[in-house]
Amino acid sequence: MNSNYEAVIGLEVHAQLLTKSKIFCSCSTEFGSLPNTNVCPICLGHPGVLPVLNLHALEFIIRMGLATGCSVNTQSIFARKNYFYPDLPKGYQISQFEKPVCENGYIEIEENKNIRIKRIHLEEDAGKLIHEHGNVSLVDVNRCGVPLIEIVSEPDIHSSKDAVTYLTKLRQILIYLGICDGNMEEGSLRCDANISVRQKGEVALGTRTEVKNMNSFKNVEAAIKHEINRQIGIIEEGNKVVQETLLWNAELNESISMRGKEQAHDYRYFPEPDLEPMIISDEWKQQIKSTIPELPDEKKKRFCSEYKLPKYDAEILTSSRELANYYEKVVQVTQNYKAASNWIMSDVLKIINERKIAINEFSISAENLGRLINLITGNKINGKIAKKVFELMLLENKTPEDIVQEKKLLQITDTCAIENIVEDIIQKSPEQVEDYLAGKEKIIGYFVGKVMAVTKGKANPQIVNEILIKKLNKKRHI
Amino acid sequence: MINYKNHREKIDKILKKEISLQDNVQYFLNRIEENNNLNAFNFVFPECIDKAKEIENKILSGKYGKLAGMVIAIKDVLAIKDKPLTCSSNILKNFVSIYDATVIQKLIKEDAIIIGKTNCDEFAMGSSNENSKFGNVLNPYDNTRVPGGSSGGSAVAVAADLCDVSFGTDTGGSIRQPAAFCGVFGLKPTYGRVSRYGLTAFASSFDSIGPFAKSTEDTALILSVIAGIDKHDSTSSNNPVTDYMNNLELNKKLTIGIPKEYFTEGLNEEIKNSIFDIIDKLKNNGFEFKEITLPHNQYTIATYYILTTAEASANLARYDGARYGYRIENPKNLLDMYIESRSKGFGKEVKRRIMLGTYVLSSGYYDAYYKKAQKVRQLIKNDFINAFKSVDVIITPTTPTTAFKIGENIDDPLQMYLNDIYTTSINLAGIPAINIPIGKDKNNLPIGMQILANQFEEDKLLQMSYFIEKNRLLSH
Repeated sequence: MNSNYEAVIGLEVHAQLLTKSKIFCSCSTEFGSLPNTNVCPICLGHPGVLPVLNLHALEFIIRMGLATGCSVNTQSIFARKNYFYPDLPKGYQISQFEKPVCENGYIEIEENKNIRIKRIHLEEDAGKLIHEHGNVSLVDVNRCGVPLIEIVSEPDIHSSKDAVTYLTKLRQILIYLGICDGNMEEGSLRCDANISVRQKGEVALGTRTEVKNMNSFKNVEAAIKHEINRQIGIIEEGNKVVQETLLWNAELNESISMRGKEQAHDYRYFPEPDLEPMIISDEWKQQIKSTIPELPDEKKKRFCSEYKLPKYDAEILTSSRELANYYEKVVQVTQNYKAASNWIMSDVLKIINERKIAINEFSISAENLGRLINLITGNKINGKIAKKVFELMLLENKTPEDIVQEKKLLQITDTCAIENIVEDIIQKSPEQVEDYLAGKEKIIGYFVGKVMAVTKGKANPQIVNEILIKKLNKKRHI
Repeated sequence: MINYKNHREKIDKILKKEISLQDNVQYFLNRIEENNNLNAFNFVFPECIDKAKEIENKILSGKYGKLAGMVIAIKDVLAIKDKPLTCSSNILKNFVSIYDATVIQKLIKEDAIIIGKTNCDEFAMGSSNENSKFGNVLNPYDNTRVPGGSSGGSAVAVAADLCDVSFGTDTGGSIRQPAAFCGVFGLKPTYGRVSRYGLTAFASSFDSIGPFAKSTEDTALILSVIAGIDKHDSTSSNNPVTDYMNNLELNKKLTIGIPKEYFTEGLNEEIKNSIFDIIDKLKNNGFEFKEITLPHNQYTIATYYILTTAEASANLARYDGARYGYRIENPKNLLDMYIESRSKGFGKEVKRRIMLGTYVLSSGYYDAYYKKAQKVRQLIKNDFINAFKSVDVIITPTTPTTAFKIGENIDDPLQMYLNDIYTTSINLAGIPAINIPIGKDKNNLPIGMQILANQFEEDKLLQMSYFIEKNRLLSH
């Protein structure tokens, strides 16, 4: 990005809520059902039907509002947003305009860097058009009426990187709260960006464009970067940015104009007469507040202080509530906090990522991982053997102690036994002893390897080292 | 022949075997056939005769619903499962409902017999029943005259003895005005008293469902069946439902308000005189009268047409040819499909109101029209709240004239809209009102009188109506 310019970005994020039924009828919200099977006269928009609010959806948006420092309005109203499209059965979307449920919150994207949230409102999703059948388009109404929240940020974001950080944080909070699965590919989390650029130091905003259809973090970053550069290019050439809505095309790595300012919709919002105002009492708000779990940022801070973990570790371990829970269960068993963190960050996450499973589906229980770490700390096995035990634990549901016993992996810490083995090896390796005495101290590794081979890796490496050095140095004095 | 004056008597006579319910239903089916020229019905369900025997047996067994054997016609804007729901519109000409409206469920549960669906103005928009894809409905008192609208077919079905009771909907007078023109009782309940689920929406914050009947008693009986909260309608009220039918006797003489704004120029002299005749009789019976004022009355028509058309413009957006209803053949593209299907599917008056409603909601006009009208609506509501501080009920004319000639107002929408001058304010305020037939003019056309009460005080309306009916205060 040309350093003479500053980008000004605001994000509009739509998140599908994880309610079992739709927002205004009792149809299922299940994803992936056969087209037009999760439907009824209400979500089909038949004559005479009326919406009735699913209170779980309202509870979920209040949760999100409270988790992002929003003020939750005591009274909130729905509005009709009018436009024609075949995926919108009523010809209007029930959404909110005046008096949204939540206003004026923020998300901290890094220390002392907040992105303000202007509003969060509740609305219904539209259906889907399927264009795969030649010259006809088909409508799937299943998604109509799935509850959505729209989270609108203030234009506080100034780079594509910060936009991605904000979106990541937002997604993390949604998932922590259990109100959205955050799946961008399936469309349960969608993001549009309003972007403008201006000369650094300029106060007035430039002409903005809206970029849609960015269905992954990668696309959000690429599309925003592209749009910033496109706008700077236009200005540098002495031209003016045109206000328009653009669609991001990930394959071509470019945006395509969807509609200009002239074709902008007049949505003719007006209060929805079929629904009474939502009244949100302080008692209810308090009750919902009490169900909000510890959020990622608080958790991260606590992990740093309580378990003395580096920020990096805490960040990774708190990236999901389930992973953090797993960690906390491990450290209930072992006091070795850092070792627990290392095991999870390297060994556990490696398996999970390879197998594309969730931590809840991981076969080694937190308790057994804790016991494994305790075996190392207690000098019962060494690190290398521990990796082996870990592999075996993946295969069968046994405690590490049982595996160590069964496979006879207990560490040899008996000094006499190790001394005998070392003595034997020194006897058989005169050349290497010569080398060592000549100052090639690195050759010690050779002797360690031999001892380990004889003991099948079970010898305590520290003791082996000590004895080796002691015995070899004795040779020196002869 | 009908030899009972209300449903209570009908049941008695069925029990005494003086009436066969099958004969009774057949009688109505024949009457509908003979009076085909009135064009009151869009659809007749002759198969309902099969229900007659079953329900008659129920009655004779002593275990039967409150409306057992009552023969009912339903305005064709209410959803009945597996029956056509056309709203008298070309855009829904082949549409069949897949569910029952809440009121229909309640009627069926109480063993009513539904005989057919009645003609009306398209999407309940009109005051003369001249805006129907099925053609005009004729006034049974004078076939050159309109029956009123929009529930014209329902009013005629009761007035011409084509059924016991019928259902209409009232957004600005669509039950009361045709009831007045056809000389029957017509009740518009409090907004929220009766579930709207299954009523094809015209203006959601105005629409009410109510009955047409030949007596106060039947009106009260119907209301006690259909009133009450409904989990399918968030705007339905949990206000307790009274047993209106067994609560028709006045236990005190009510104070009656006469709004001066309703008896000024434009009101037909004969109607005015008939109402004052009744007022005199009521005074003689010990009722106290007070002149009241409804200062924002002059704004009702404008406010009503801004707000109802705004809501209608959204409510009728779903008829776009995409999923159901009329769609033109071989549209060039999506926009063409929308424009042509809606242009050809909707009639003139409906299109007029959609355009008006779209306009008042448009960016730049919203504050000047819609928002201001919402404020005026509140002022009109307040007028009634204030009025009901000093009176129990209010008496007004229902219409400025008796039934007018077919075609008389069709080219002058404003004149047509002024027909609703005494009825629209009631929907703006959400209060209940009833039309009672009080006599005939010199052309033998029925005259109606309107009684209004405060929200959820239908009991007072029905008690007043019953008092006038029972004491034969009507000026015949």
